[in-house]
Amino acid sequence: MDNAAQTELRRTPLHAAHLRAGARMVPFGGWDMPVQYAGVKAEHQAVRQGAGVFDVSHMGEFRVTGPGAEAFLQYVTTNDVSKLRPGRAQYNWLPGEAGGLVDDIYIYRVAQEEFLLVVNAANIGKDWAHLQAQVGRYDAQLSDESDQWGLLAVQGPRAEQLLQPHADTDLSARKKNSFFQTQLFGLPVWLARTGYTGEDGFEVFVAAEQAEKMWEQLLGAGLTPAGLGARDTLRLEAGFPLYGHEFSESIHPLSSSYSWVVKDKEHLGRHHIAAPTPHKLIGLVLDKVPVREGYPVRLGGVQVGVVTSGSSSPTLGHPIAMALVDAEHAGAEEYEVEVRGKAHPARRSQLPFYKKA
Amino acid sequence: MNTPSELRYAPSHEWLSDDGTVGISDFAQDQLGDVVYVELPEVGREVQAGETVAVVESVKTASDIYAPASGTITAVNEALAGSPELVNGDCYGEGWLFKLDVTAESGDLLDAASYEAANS
Repeated sequence: MDNAAQTELRRTPLHAAHLRAGARMVPFGGWDMPVQYAGVKAEHQAVRQGAGVFDVSHMGEFRVTGPGAEAFLQYVTTNDVSKLRPGRAQYNWLPGEAGGLVDDIYIYRVAQEEFLLVVNAANIGKDWAHLQAQVGRYDAQLSDESDQWGLLAVQGPRAEQLLQPHADTDLSARKKNSFFQTQLFGLPVWLARTGYTGEDGFEVFVAAEQAEKMWEQLLGAGLTPAGLGARDTLRLEAGFPLYGHEFSESIHPLSSSYSWVVKDKEHLGRHHIAAPTPHKLIGLVLDKVPVREGYPVRLGGVQVGVVTSGSSSPTLGHPIAMALVDAEHAGAEEYEVEVRGKAHPARRSQLPFYKKA
Repeated sequence: MNTPSELRYAPSHEWLSDDGTVGISDFAQDQLGDVVYVELPEVGREVQAGETVAVVESVKTASDIYAPASGTITAVNEALAGSPELVNGDCYGEGWLFKLDVTAESGDLLDAASYEAANS
């Protein structure tokens, strides 16, 4: 192990807590993050059947304030920010000037002239520079609060039940995509009823210096610590695209089935997104052999695409994958995926692979 | 870490028994996590020490398995097709991978103590 490389990795406020919980740490987007504690399958199942907690403090938080905040965000994103009421959250995209996506993000409207943006960890610096380059034309201020926040994702069918006794508000009254200030275990937090696993759940924004205390309280309340491994299998089953795999600056954003994120409005890079998409994102299922990112997808022996994410699905018990295929070949039902030089049959599947009951 | 003393170990984490049986070490199965698929070689194939002969796939990654000795593959563990998790549960027993009729060993096989020292 290269110690010099390790010391360059950033650490979340929960780093010591992860080591105490027996985590195996891996580099991820420039951060030293837990990939698993007890095991990917066990953590995955805990989230599907009970509730788990993920440290997502590595993600970035930007605050946008001022009379021009809405107009600024309206221009640099594809979704309609004007429809977002205070106390609500919205999934959104940062389109690039030259096509593709700079990032996919969540926007939380704190007040009429105040928004919180949550961006992918590996993109914090790039997003910041991109937004800085655009904000000058608006009566709005941008601040990077990434180091001030701990962010914990509590996900699973029992999330509300486990949090409720320790929350200062009636959680059952808070619908999906709501965003509100309350106290949890006596600590001030912002809670968002959002997530990235296909389950019900909450994301807990807590001051960085109180993140470790919050983490320990959540574990004490019966939540299972879950790592990046389970986060990836959960999001793949739920058909959620991941930046760097299904999205990038070189992938047409409408390749995925997320066309609803693009509204008819003036925004950066609009003419690129209006152009026809050359590829389409599809779901594939296989009988036995797991397929991974980069494996070729073939139709009648000819390569028509490439796997963007693949794993064995702990819930379904067989391999699943997402793949970008040429748009004209996206209608087939049967494909082949090349694994170590051998072709294996793959059936096209609806996305998501898993939908909660 | 469970490292039986009667076996020898490749630095790439395969174990070799005196009768030519090959598997992966307890350290390796723990590092891999949940094994979901094992691709085994064909019986009768001649292999060289250090050659890639099998693949063990966990939920997250595919890992190459190298021959710890040269020889001919005489058997593969068919049970792994239906129960790849045997590699996690019993890596020195029911989770073995294949058997070799050994003609020449790799020179860098370690005894249990040296293997443990290298991976602690």
